[in-house]
Amino acid sequence: MDGQGTDVIRVRSLSKSFGEVKAVCNVEFSVSRGELFGFLGPNGAGKTTTINMLTGMARPDTGAIRIGGIDCSRNPKAAQHLMGVVPDESNLYPELSGFENLCFCGALYGMRRSDRETRARELLEYFGLTAAAGRKFASYSKGMKRKLTIAAGIIHSPEILFLDEPTSGIDVASARQLRRLIADLNARGTTIFLTTHYIEEAEKLCSRIAFIVSGRIETIDTVGHLMSGYQDRQIMHFELSDTDEELCSRLAGEFPDLDCRVDSERKIHVESSKTIQVGPIVRFLEDRGVEIYEARKIRPSLEEVFVKITGIEAGEMNKEQEKKRKG
Amino acid sequence: MMKKWIAFWNILVKDMRSYYLKPPNISWGLVFPLAWTAAFFVRSGSGFESILSILPGVMGVSVLFGTTSMLAVTVTFEKKGRSFERLLLAPISLELLMLAKTAGAIFFGAVNAFVPVLIASFITDLSGVDWLSLVPVVILIAVSSTFLGLFIAVSVSEVFEAQTFSNFFRFPMIFLCGLFVPVAALPFWLQPVSYALPLTYGADILHRSIGGSGTMPTALNFAVLSAFCLFLFAISLRNIRRKWIV
Repeated sequence: MDGQGTDVIRVRSLSKSFGEVKAVCNVEFSVSRGELFGFLGPNGAGKTTTINMLTGMARPDTGAIRIGGIDCSRNPKAAQHLMGVVPDESNLYPELSGFENLCFCGALYGMRRSDRETRARELLEYFGLTAAAGRKFASYSKGMKRKLTIAAGIIHSPEILFLDEPTSGIDVASARQLRRLIADLNARGTTIFLTTHYIEEAEKLCSRIAFIVSGRIETIDTVGHLMSGYQDRQIMHFELSDTDEELCSRLAGEFPDLDCRVDSERKIHVESSKTIQVGPIVRFLEDRGVEIYEARKIRPSLEEVFVKITGIEAGEMNKEQEKKRKG
Repeated sequence: MMKKWIAFWNILVKDMRSYYLKPPNISWGLVFPLAWTAAFFVRSGSGFESILSILPGVMGVSVLFGTTSMLAVTVTFEKKGRSFERLLLAPISLELLMLAKTAGAIFFGAVNAFVPVLIASFITDLSGVDWLSLVPVVILIAVSSTFLGLFIAVSVSEVFEAQTFSNFFRFPMIFLCGLFVPVAALPFWLQPVSYALPLTYGADILHRSIGGSGTMPTALNFAVLSAFCLFLFAISLRNIRRKWIV
């Protein structure tokens, strides 16, 4: 290891320009062993350029990359032993079967025939592709292609897996299944570097997230911190046996820091710039004979945090990505 | 070392299976030399004894087309389909990777060259052939032609461009490299162009090995042809690093 804690990826002052365009500008981050790290940003933000530099497919103009303690600028091929890469488009060989593709990818990492065949069978089973093992890759559905591409990325049991937009362009059921598989791979100890434009995907899967916009990292934090840090208003929803405008105004009168409104027939929305003390509100309502069915603290979504930080609507980002995919 | 050999061998085997050992290519490898032999045989209007004089040219053309026709297209095709990225991400050096990618074309081209030799063996006496220089020169011509194909593949981005660019080199080489027309018989202003092409040196050894009529020392021919191989391979690797690992 690199003697720098448990970091398996360390990136310092990474920059890359294409002519006048600064694709990546002074990017710095670290990823710990076993972490599922999300790298989020709109199209053209620098996600793929960063991943290409990390995997040895592009040369940085400046900066340092260490993968598993190996200096990638000096010895990128040594670092490639440690990593598996799943690009944003499935790039296996259409003329080979699923099984042959996996065996070929294993051979590229020097795996012996018996080892790669055993591993290929295991992965086909794990990804639910055993029945299609003998079929040509060209005949696979998009979801099956993505699964086999991920399987090819981990055929050599890499320490680190780079996943570039793994669920982009596939149906909802396949995307959900893939997310479960990604989470399971991470639970088994694989460090995962995930780029995605699906914010809810990052929210569900990632322990830490970096937002990159115009080649610069805007913020890096855990999902929990990101959400709490950008929540300037505390919000609670109460579901009650009975409510009306009068109850709301009496509640606001009793607690001047709170803004209250009736949300629906039985729900009230309480908002404050300070921490909302639930106990006194509950007592106040119970004293007035109102039964409380549910009291729920509302967290902002990661999407709201993303919009606040980047000023980019997540929906727009998804549309851009779909446009790019359709060519 | 063992791991690298496994990678090398599997890239070669995959390419042989996916591209070279397909029925259309095998038939191309048989029909093309046959057609060339027949064409020149008919054109010469002489008997079977003239086979030996046209054999070096037919062998040279078979190697040139056998190597460049597939390689220039397959590398461009894989680059466009992004499967080439998978190879670039593998933990093997670019030199070894490209040797593995070109080994299939070298083998295919060399085998193509011996198809007309096999045909000739049934109709004429090949006892005077210097096999000790013929076999190495066929391999060396296959290597230089393959690396020329690689250079072309790396210079273009579309499959059709690869085909067009290949023909830009291949067809003039048939007539400029002394395969059928001696270099000395070309207009004086074309002769420098001939000496700038690798096949000229290979063709000279072929003529000497089969008919004993070379114009340059064999050692010099081998040296220049080897230098062309190294130069074309080095410049192709440089272009890959510059264009594909940006």
